[in-house]
Amino acid sequence: MSGVQTQDGTQWNRQDFPEAAKEILEQSQTRKNVQHATNVIQGKRNKVVAELPDWEDLREAGAQIKAHTLRHLDHYLAEFEANCTAAGGHVHWASDAAEANRIILGLVQQHDAKEVIKIKTMTSEEVGLNATLEANGIAPIETDLAELIVQMGKDRPSHFVAPALHVNRAQVRAIFQKEMHLPDLGDRPEDLATAARTYLREKYLRIKVAISGGNFLIADSGGMCIVESEGNGRMCLTLPDVLISIVGIEKVIPSFQDLEVFLQTLPRSATGERMNPYNSTWCGVHPGDGPQEFHVVLLDNGRSPILADKEARQTLQCIRCAACLNACPVYHQTGGHAYESVYAGPIGAILTPQLHSMKEGRSLPYASSLCGACYQVCPVKINIPEVLIHLRGKVVQEDQATLAGKFSLWNIGMQAAAFLFADAGRLGLAERVGAVGQKVLVSKNGFIEWMPLMLGGWTQTRDLKALPAQSFRQWWAKEKAPSAAAKNGRVSHG
Amino acid sequence: MAEVMDHRAAILGSIRKALGQASSKDAIAEEYAAIPRTYTKTGGMERAALLAHFEERLVEYDAGVYRAAKDGIAAKVAEILTARGKPGLTLPEGVPAEWLPEGFSFEVAGLQALELDKTPGVLTGCTVAIAETGSIVLQNAAAQGARILSLVPDYHLCVVFAEQVVLTVPEAFARLEGTSTLPTTFVSGPSATADIEMTRIKGVHGPRFLDVLIVVEA
Ligand code: SF4
Repeated sequence: MSGVQTQDGTQWNRQDFPEAAKEILEQSQTRKNVQHATNVIQGKRNKVVAELPDWEDLREAGAQIKAHTLRHLDHYLAEFEANCTAAGGHVHWASDAAEANRIILGLVQQHDAKEVIKIKTMTSEEVGLNATLEANGIAPIETDLAELIVQMGKDRPSHFVAPALHVNRAQVRAIFQKEMHLPDLGDRPEDLATAARTYLREKYLRIKVAISGGNFLIADSGGMCIVESEGNGRMCLTLPDVLISIVGIEKVIPSFQDLEVFLQTLPRSATGERMNPYNSTWCGVHPGDGPQEFHVVLLDNGRSPILADKEARQTLQCIRCAACLNACPVYHQTGGHAYESVYAGPIGAILTPQLHSMKEGRSLPYASSLCGACYQVCPVKINIPEVLIHLRGKVVQEDQATLAGKFSLWNIGMQAAAFLFADAGRLGLAERVGAVGQKVLVSKNGFIEWMPLMLGGWTQTRDLKALPAQSFRQWWAKEKAPSAAAKNGRVSHG
Repeated sequence: MAEVMDHRAAILGSIRKALGQASSKDAIAEEYAAIPRTYTKTGGMERAALLAHFEERLVEYDAGVYRAAKDGIAAKVAEILTARGKPGLTLPEGVPAEWLPEGFSFEVAGLQALELDKTPGVLTGCTVAIAETGSIVLQNAAAQGARILSLVPDYHLCVVFAEQVVLTVPEAFARLEGTSTLPTTFVSGPSATADIEMTRIKGVHGPRFLDVLIVVEA
């Protein structure tokens, strides 16, 4: 598969989820770190969400604002463009990663910058911007503490609110000691944060070009909103001469007033805080305040075709709070790297394959137990399980359309199952045959511990209860059906 | 192909193709207006309880909280600066003289980051404050100034008038409606991170110390 280059030159989408997950499951320290972090955030999130009696109303409003915007996305993008331009900003459009890289590299080179400071941005990661800059002799410096840890550790982000949640303080210390040349650095979180403050402060005060993502594009004011904790975002938005923001086209909202919803749901969902330490909004260029040159790069890169799929369109409502990652029992076990995508967790499992027109990340819709925890916590009510099933259907349909797929064991097995389940008579026959035929597989304990061929995937990690001598349907037919039929005045099938 | 692709047209065209027939401007506005907003807009908390709520939130963020009467601002500022060991503060344009005590140096700042980095701190007012979230909202306006002022110095003292405090986030947005295009910063406690093992650590890049002085009627 042709993956996307990341910061350290490694590829995303190198392997399917089950293989990647198997690697991770052997790294017990990483798993411990992920479980600790997600438990802490989830606990805090649940507490501050419970404080708001109108939480469900906020979710509903947020979902509807986003769904409405997506239905008229071209209208709102054009409105944003007009207002941002009128406020002195420059709006660029990039259909794909290559164009986004070309635009940003050109702007950076125009200012002769050899270094740029960056605020955490998923879209930059998505288009592989750091690799492009580095290849052209420009050093991108991540300023978000977690991104700095990832960058210095030549690692990959694993979570989009806390990208380094898979490493612990001892690991952070080792990375900083080496990269910042601080042999005596302590391992208290305070020591590590202070080291980052000192290391970056000189850079904020000196470097003239900054690159950011954006949480919201505001159509009616032409403004942008960035939400953050550390103040590194404010540094990048305020001190440099030039600011370049790369933002997905789905990030637009109609009105400044709509922030009254999202600035309640996003912080509570993302970090379990009532409000994160800093939110910034600004429009274009303001004389005497902040960068006097401002560019927004609107990135499509596979987003617009998703709008055509009415069931899956809701994927683009996402405000990247990562609550679904923290709530997901699969993410809990594997962390973010197993998804082999910039976008991990339940939302990554539906977004990644769609961004690639279902050509990559095809195993991801299966990386879920469909327990529904993600839907429950989502502040914009994306029904992730529904979209997962819908995409599984797409994968299967596409597979069946190929000759190899049609004759694969999976397909034959599934077609056979469909044939059996479609007719009660056939199912009854299969149950009777199964109860006899399984005898060779059932262990003394009454469980099936091994199954042939692709059915083995199920029994690798769990035992299967053997079929009983008498099926529920057989029992029903004998014991209950006659009386039920008498009561209802009709005869049951089967 | 030599010709340059028009990415704007390509993206807008692709969106339209995916969505089908476009709606009229009026229809879009009507649909937007019909979005149900049943969430809480205003809170019915009386003033004393509201201020107590705001203070409680600020304390949770580890901000310092003080109170003064309208005619006692300067005296309280002097007390706070003495406690913090500050010889004076940097000011934005438009800070009223009656906020400033004798015996300390107050200077209207230039906007050079390197100079601000050496100042002991900054004194500002605010546009509105939100009790429910413990937030103060700063805009580029008189007595608040450019964003850099409340960012680079390591200490921020913010004067908040009781009538500027609202309970809910939507109430704050109602007050910001007319000035939404100004550079705006919501500040909720001193800068912080939880990136290392989810432990909230105060003071990364923004001011590490925040004091809020709430001004009440006599
Ligand atoms: S899908 Fe929902 S819960 Fe998951 S990151 Fe997006 S907004 Fe948050």
